[in-house]
Amino acid sequence: MATTSLDDRRRAAAAKWQALSASARPVIYVGMGSCGLAAGAGDVLAAIAEHLQQHRLAADIVSVGCIGPCYLEPLVDVQMPGRPRISYSNVTADLARRLVDSFLVRGEVPKSHLVGHFGEAAHDGVPRFFDHPMLKSQVRIVLRNCGIIDPADIDHYLARDGYRALERAVSMKCADVLDLVRRAGLRGRGGAGFPTWRKWLTCRETPADRRYLICNADEGDPGAFMNRSLIEGDPHALLEGMLIAGYVIGATKGYVYIRAEYPLAIERLRPALAAMRDLRLLGDRILGTDFSFDITIKEGAGAFVCGEETALIASIEGRRGMPRTRPPFPAVEGLWGQPTIINNVETLATLPHIVRNGPEWYAQYGTESSKGTKTFSLVGKVRRTGLIEVPLGTTLRKVIYDIGGGMAKEFRAVQTGGPSGGCLGEEFLDTPIDYENLAAAGSIMGSGGLIVLDRNTCIVDTAKYFLSFTQAESCGKCVPCRVGTRHLVDILDRICAGRGELADLDRLERLGRAIKGGALCGLGQTAPNPVLSSLKYFRGEFLSHIVDRRCPAAVCRDLVVYRIIKDKCTGCQRCVQVCPTQAIVGPRSEPHNLDESKCIKCRSCYEICRFDAIAGDAIVIESRG
Amino acid sequence: MALSRSWKDITRGLGGEHSDLVPVLQRTQAAYGFLAPSAIGRIARWLKVSESEVYGVATFYAQFRFTPPGRHHLRVCLGTACHVKGGEQMLDLATRKLGVRAGDTTADGEYDLERVACLGCCALAPVVVIDDRTYAQMNVLKLQGVLDGHHES
Repeated sequence: MATTSLDDRRRAAAAKWQALSASARPVIYVGMGSCGLAAGAGDVLAAIAEHLQQHRLAADIVSVGCIGPCYLEPLVDVQMPGRPRISYSNVTADLARRLVDSFLVRGEVPKSHLVGHFGEAAHDGVPRFFDHPMLKSQVRIVLRNCGIIDPADIDHYLARDGYRALERAVSMKCADVLDLVRRAGLRGRGGAGFPTWRKWLTCRETPADRRYLICNADEGDPGAFMNRSLIEGDPHALLEGMLIAGYVIGATKGYVYIRAEYPLAIERLRPALAAMRDLRLLGDRILGTDFSFDITIKEGAGAFVCGEETALIASIEGRRGMPRTRPPFPAVEGLWGQPTIINNVETLATLPHIVRNGPEWYAQYGTESSKGTKTFSLVGKVRRTGLIEVPLGTTLRKVIYDIGGGMAKEFRAVQTGGPSGGCLGEEFLDTPIDYENLAAAGSIMGSGGLIVLDRNTCIVDTAKYFLSFTQAESCGKCVPCRVGTRHLVDILDRICAGRGELADLDRLERLGRAIKGGALCGLGQTAPNPVLSSLKYFRGEFLSHIVDRRCPAAVCRDLVVYRIIKDKCTGCQRCVQVCPTQAIVGPRSEPHNLDESKCIKCRSCYEICRFDAIAGDAIVIESRG
Repeated sequence: MALSRSWKDITRGLGGEHSDLVPVLQRTQAAYGFLAPSAIGRIARWLKVSESEVYGVATFYAQFRFTPPGRHHLRVCLGTACHVKGGEQMLDLATRKLGVRAGDTTADGEYDLERVACLGCCALAPVVVIDDRTYAQMNVLKLQGVLDGHHES
């Protein structure tokens, strides 16, 4: 019975989707993910709605998630009857109104801010959206629906083969689905890269009354937002994956443990769960089988350590989120003492694709040991920032230069793996990205943060940044982490302030190794990585800070000075006006003077001198000495 | 903020299990803006655990606060991307402008200043959030304009 009704609903959904993509009315799509909203998509959407109403223009507006190139946000697509969607970037309210007028009133396709269309072939001289340099070499499997569908409408998901994988899975034996996942070579996308099937098998084989599935959506790595974007753009992909995983391991209850800093993602999940309940995709006897499963959202309360499995479990149980020793692993003894599987968002959202298209199809992507694709948040000093998905084994160079478009200034390093990872320099650019290669290089792939650093980024300061983060987030249970990270931060503080000594380098290394070996959980065991990898590959930069008391990147505040280049200064007084401490003085039209003793290095003068049309670039920040 | 939300509303749908502790703390804070000692006592009695246990859990998580919040909430993101793009200077500016350190509330009760680890808008770094509005790709001057504008409105 239930299956028939899902079939009916899918037919209706397909018709609805078809009607939208071949609509007789114009359709306007607005990217309303967190990045889009941050860039002003809310105002853009409001302006479009108001403009349509004011001029009595007929068009539908659809909110979609993030399609990836966040630096182009807000993105607005216009689809005229009989023509493909055409995408425009960096749309302001004003531009949106002009777009509407061009398309709907004058029947023109404006060329400015145009990114591309979503059709198949070239179209009126308009390039394809997916031929854009940032998108061309991506393989979008997990992200295939993001930015395309309305995440709040389960029909859009159903129309694009949604929940077909679940139907297929529940028609198979659990062991056979497990075997699919084994053959696909799927490994945990949260960072550790443990084979998903093996973890599941342990859980299945542990005798128990109840088993639990937890989706770890506590994406705590600063600089990473893959999971947020995926949940915001395609929540049902995750939820379908959870049903498949729950079916295989024999769980009856699933939790999405999601950080409270992601309100929009939570807002997407709640109605998605309700829509599933309406279709009886949750609850008792799903799709008329013996499989019963329910999903509850658990909002995190702000603790990075809760990304660690045992700490996460403690948090769900209502305790302080502190880890415990393993074994026993959660797959044997987890939530309320029962076998529990904790999988990352991306791992779970990949499952429907594997089940639907087969393991061989999935395993055609990737390398020998790391199969499939991986999403990365490509950020930092790179030109084209955003969320990308590439086959594992793609080189860092390809990601940074072909997809990311390189950077304005010289490349310095790429930071992978967040606070558990490290900085890799130029010599690693041709390293294929996978679990083993990045680990061998002294970093980790992690959950997918890729932060590109240029020559204006200080490596020592970056290491200090990560250590300050892990130090603040250390739960305090074990001494190596609680006390050790504090000392690492103190030493790095000293070095950045120009008060370091050569013996500090040895101290950092010895202490780092001791913490790695002695800490209780993954947070502590990996906390020294940013320092150790930087020391290994960028020792010279530490030496500059210690021996020469210089910060080559001119970042460390105690080691830099602000200076006015007299020949360039036009005396426009803009910097005099913005200086909060009256450190800059000078009459109009004459070179100004900067009193170093008053300067608090707030950067206001530097910025106004660069970005203001009247001023030039007469103010520089230089390393002392 | 609905200050009239009753205890019944706060505990609706929760069974009084120990695992309800974090959700009930979250709902209490959502209703009252912070966790007052009386609220902690109430929760402890409801869950039949000691107040120190409730405090122990509440103080572990960054989300919970124990003093009344300011009328506006200013958050400066210092995720990695924001850090390398000058987030620190945004925090400095906000600190200077508001005259409070991160974690504190201005004397007039107008603003809370908070530094956060990552809001997930890394591609548009550095990011500052005032109440529910996100300001992307900030620099010192832009933020100055935003703060001046916000102060006046």
